Amino acid sequence: MKRPDRSRRRRGSRLGRSWTAAPPAGGTNVQDLAIDVDTWRGRAAEEDAERTAAERGSPVRLREGSRALLGSLVRPHRRALLWIVVLLLLQSGAEMAGPYLVKLGIDNGIPPLLHQPRNYDVLIAVGIAFGVATVAAYLGKRGFVTLSGRVGQAILFDLRNRVYRHFQRLSVGFHERYTSGRMISRLTSDMDSISELLDGGVEDLVLSLLSVFSVAVVLLWLDVPLALVSLVLFPVLAGLTRWFQRSSAIAYRHTREAVALVIVHFVESMGGIRAVQAFRREPRNEEIFEAVNRNYRNANVAAWRLIAVFSPGIKLIGNVTIAIVLTYGGYRVMHGETQVGVLAAFLLYLRKFFDPMQDLSQFYNSLQSATAALEKLSGVIDEPPAVPEPARPTPLPDARGAIDFTGVTFAYRADRPVLPELDLHIPAGQTLALVGATGAGKTTIAKLVSRFYDPTEGTVRLDGVDVRDLSDEALRRAVVMVTQENYLFSGTVADNIRFGRPSATGDEVVAAAQAIGADEFIRSLPEGYDTDVRKRGGRLSAGQRQLVAFARAFLADPAVLILDEATSSLDIPSERLVQRALRTILAERTAIVIAHRLSTVEIADRVLVLDGGRIVEDGPPAELISGGGRYATLHQQWEDSLV
Amino acid sequence: MVTASPTRPMSNLWRMRSYIRPRLWTMFWMLLTAAVGTAAGIAVPLVVQHVVDGPVRHHQLAGLLLLGGLALLLGAIEAGLAFIRRWTQSAVALDTEYEIRRDLYTHLQRLPIAFHDRWQSGQLLSRLTTDLGVIRRFVSFGLIFLVVNSATYVTVTALLLHLYWPLGLVVAVSAIPLFLFSKRFTHHYLKTSRLQQDQQGDVATLVEESAQGIRVIKSFGRRRHMGRRFEHAAGQLHDTGVAKARLLARTWAEFDTVPNVTLAIVLVGGAYAVATGALTVGGLVAFVSLQLMLVWPIDSLGWIIANGQEAMTAADRVYEVFDQRPSIVDRPGAVAVPRKEIAGRLRFEGVGFRYPGAAQPVLHRIDLTVEPGETMAIVGVTGSGKTSLVSLVPRLYDVTAGRITLDGRDIRDLTLHSLRDAVGMAFEEATLFSMSVRENLTLGRADATDEEIAEALAIAQAEFVHDLPWGLETRVGEQGLSLSGGQRQRLALARAVLGKPRVLVLDDPLSALDVYTEALVEEALARVLRGTTALIVVHRPSTVALADRVALLADGEIAAVGTHSELLATVPEYRAVLSASADLSEAAR
Ligand SMILES: Nc1ncnc2c1ncn2[C@@H]1O[C@H](COP(=O)(O)OP(=O)(O)O)[C@@H](O)[C@H]1O
Ligand SMILES: Nc1ncnc2c1ncn2[C@@H]1O[C@H](COP(=O)(O)OP(=O)(O)O)[C@@H](O)[C@H]1O
Ligand SMILES: [Mg+2]
Ligand SMILES: [Mg+2]
Repeated sequence: MKRPDRSRRRRGSRLGRSWTAAPPAGGTNVQDLAIDVDTWRGRAAEEDAERTAAERGSPVRLREGSRALLGSLVRPHRRALLWIVVLLLLQSGAEMAGPYLVKLGIDNGIPPLLHQPRNYDVLIAVGIAFGVATVAAYLGKRGFVTLSGRVGQAILFDLRNRVYRHFQRLSVGFHERYTSGRMISRLTSDMDSISELLDGGVEDLVLSLLSVFSVAVVLLWLDVPLALVSLVLFPVLAGLTRWFQRSSAIAYRHTREAVALVIVHFVESMGGIRAVQAFRREPRNEEIFEAVNRNYRNANVAAWRLIAVFSPGIKLIGNVTIAIVLTYGGYRVMHGETQVGVLAAFLLYLRKFFDPMQDLSQFYNSLQSATAALEKLSGVIDEPPAVPEPARPTPLPDARGAIDFTGVTFAYRADRPVLPELDLHIPAGQTLALVGATGAGKTTIAKLVSRFYDPTEGTVRLDGVDVRDLSDEALRRAVVMVTQENYLFSGTVADNIRFGRPSATGDEVVAAAQAIGADEFIRSLPEGYDTDVRKRGGRLSAGQRQLVAFARAFLADPAVLILDEATSSLDIPSERLVQRALRTILAERTAIVIAHRLSTVEIADRVLVLDGGRIVEDGPPAELISGGGRYATLHQQWEDSLV
Repeated sequence: MVTASPTRPMSNLWRMRSYIRPRLWTMFWMLLTAAVGTAAGIAVPLVVQHVVDGPVRHHQLAGLLLLGGLALLLGAIEAGLAFIRRWTQSAVALDTEYEIRRDLYTHLQRLPIAFHDRWQSGQLLSRLTTDLGVIRRFVSFGLIFLVVNSATYVTVTALLLHLYWPLGLVVAVSAIPLFLFSKRFTHHYLKTSRLQQDQQGDVATLVEESAQGIRVIKSFGRRRHMGRRFEHAAGQLHDTGVAKARLLARTWAEFDTVPNVTLAIVLVGGAYAVATGALTVGGLVAFVSLQLMLVWPIDSLGWIIANGQEAMTAADRVYEVFDQRPSIVDRPGAVAVPRKEIAGRLRFEGVGFRYPGAAQPVLHRIDLTVEPGETMAIVGVTGSGKTSLVSLVPRLYDVTAGRITLDGRDIRDLTLHSLRDAVGMAFEEATLFSMSVRENLTLGRADATDEEIAEALAIAQAEFVHDLPWGLETRVGEQGLSLSGGQRQRLALARAVLGKPRVLVLDDPLSALDVYTEALVEEALARVLRGTTALIVVHRPSTVALADRVALLADGEIAAVGTHSELLATVPEYRAVLSASADLSEAAR
């Protein structure tokens, strides 16, 4: 809202991202790092994997996108902004009244006091005016800061939510490329830099523009030739500004990239701290962090040094102009073309013209920094979801759970099809087991049903409706998948189970846990269902996490339940309990069960054996076992392994 | 999880001086350039005055040009000094930030797992980014102007007292309301600023969870649910921001009022003094114009105090992390034993373990010996403490009772480096990073040769990596999620066996493999295990076959140790945990 202010800010200090530098330093460093990144981070499937589509396009469009975003954020607050400006004018007007009142007091108030009878009227009037001005300044200031804080926070709130919600709408594939660190960076660090603009920007902009324009008018009114001479250096000013605009846009873009790299690396190394420590990865990580951290520092130095040139540059232009005007004005006075008073006033006003320019340059700097952040955010917001929700979804009131794959082809990377061509009909209520070597594509099939991805070709239908025509809500109500990587959120056990159905009562939560045999262990935790599982469920053992994840899915009560190696970390007795529960749970729903332990498969009505994305065997388990095919071999191997 | 120590709020910020100290000279020069620059700026109007009074009045063209040149020079000096100061200032502030960040990261990596269990990573992250940003801002700006403004205030007030002491006293006394205002402000603002920083950490945490848990969120269709949670968190941040603005608004407005009111008092009082002849008009003018110089320092004081307080709470938050002592470190006198000299006799002697903050120990009285080259399987139901037990070997946690020895030496008497160098580990959940396959494999052994890598890949049946688009150089997605579960697990296994560790700790290493691949891995692994001491957590009977002996863990104790067939024959609990017969018969039904 307020920065230490006008006069002093001229001297060129201000904080934040305000100093920026000649581009070469930052530029080369980013290059250096790029080499390093390639070697340790490895090559991503696609180039620019971590960029949004907009970022891959032209920078001009990017800028436009961010400006448009800014516009749409500010628009709802137009009225409030008007008030802010009014309050600001009130406050600065009242503050400027001070010196003027002092002048009045001295010039007009004191003389009547020097003679008897003393007349206090003027002095009293000045005193009262002072009081009024003080109150006005107080109210103006207080109102202005409060209101602009409010608007700024509202804008941030709006922006945060928009970006977050859009992130949630983007596909799993996008998140895989983009990494969580980048998403965090967008929603924290980029927001910080926007909030810096909102904190100081309005005041800088309004007051400086105001004085620059009013002073310009006064100058022209005072002496036109002299005013024109003052403009001699204007092209230089324009050139300087243009240079700053261009180079700072690039420099600030680099800082946004650089901080994202810092965050990505940090998040990953802290997330995998066990492996880091167990494998003595620390020194290497320090090297990498050193590189990204230094790169961020350099990017910032580069950006800050630009303003270190720009802002004194403006000051220099101002000072040179003053010297020129002084000399030329003095010459004119000598030749009687103008008066001494005019020259004096002119010089004073010139300073008032260039000083706010400094503030404007600061505002411009913050704007550039925030724009770089906004560019990133608008890139996210403009990213079309790869798995979009239909505009007009087909309703699906009561899903029965029949699933059809027709001519489905799928590839994560264009050149490597995972599912070459799949046709599959799963009638409602069937329990289907998918069997096959790791990497055969079992999980991929599951992901297509739950629409983490859309097939490259062909369609996946639920009860005859293309899943692409279903609303997210309807689809998710009908299909729930328990993944291999059963993520738990920090929070209580009960919260985590309730994630399956947020409206569930405590009793329902307990019932779900009981049904799959998790109740006992949960009750033995120090605070039972209210025990905090900590980040990623770290407070629990892996098997316990799986049980909670199971309970969560059970509570969701979907028509189609997909279990992807959901019992892999369980011991045999717990697994047995789960299987017993499954028998009842799966009885009246469609289920796709992926498991390596064929004991789980035994409960299936039908088994598909998958190899390289193709169905090589299909039939009831008993039939396949007697048939002597692959499944029979697998089954034999498995039985042998049990002994 | 951690609260700020309410006492001595300055202390933590003050501790950061060690980062400033090497740059003290630069800071000093910056102050000096600020002062000289200001002087040059002030000199320009004097030149103007001379121009008007001298050459212009007396029509001296040469004099005019000379003074014009002087104004040009002074202007250039002012701009030049501003440039120098900004240029160096950027390096000072950013280097400070960079160094604190580096040290914080290094420190975090050394803190034990128990610390990381407790702390939300978003809270750590916000310290590393947002809080350091606040401190940087203070160093680059607040600090300097705190000094400059205080100096200005004291000097000007002294001058005013000298000029006319009664009114000078009025100005001096105006410091009292300023002090009171800032005291009250500080009291509230410290809390609010701390609250906001903590909330920023919470938001970061929530964002991180939303990104990493995206599959679960999608799979349950909880987008809106999470959206509401986020909105709630962002709403809190919003409310705190607004509260902060309200506090600032009030205080800044109050701060502005003080010089205004003082000015009014001085004017009226001065006029009276002039009337009574105690002061000349010229004296009053001088007094007032000098006093006007105080307006800006006082105004900006409000901003600086706020900035300083944010820096204080940020420093508190940063030092909360710095003040955590790494508890798992080399003991004094710890020896480094080269990997080759380790035979690998691993003994648990009366080992007990309790998670920090837990009421009950997870493990008690564990006595177990694994002879060099022997493979010991650990079997037990979910939650019996298997993972906890094996985590003790590379000292991810330290035992809370008893000791673990390697070749008769307490593992705490080995250097961490040599211990962890000797121990290879695969976790229950393959922990992969979004970097190249090679980097993931050679996590701690950057010196691994291509042959070693190839061998490790062969053992783990992970040759599929050669089919990835760029082979070993392919980046695996975050947490390895662009691989299938079994592929991830095999990479993690390859990583553990890479470079032939003396002691191998594998936590349920084959759970995600299909029966066929499992058999292949087991076969290859068996060869490795012959010469390696190994502790393997096992759920399946098939994997037990890899082990020479089996230890049954029940309720945190070793219930039985023996060969698989012995235990199967004599220990009913073991049968219950591992025998699949019951399972089979049930499945057959
Ligand atoms: N997100 C992904 N990006 C790229 N490739 C993937 C991704 N997920 C899986 N794959 C690849 O697709 C193939 C099939 O994987 P998946 O369906 O997970 O196999 P599984 O049968 O073990 O469940 C594997 O080769 C795997 O490497
Ligand atoms: N970080 C932790 N803090 C407190 N308790 C934990 C932590 N990790 C695991 N536990 C508890 O310790 C017990 C043993 O867990 P663990 O060793 O992971 O079991 P498992 O035998 O399944 O590997 C479980 O009851 C679990 O809830
Ligand atoms: Mg899979
Ligand atoms: Mg475990």
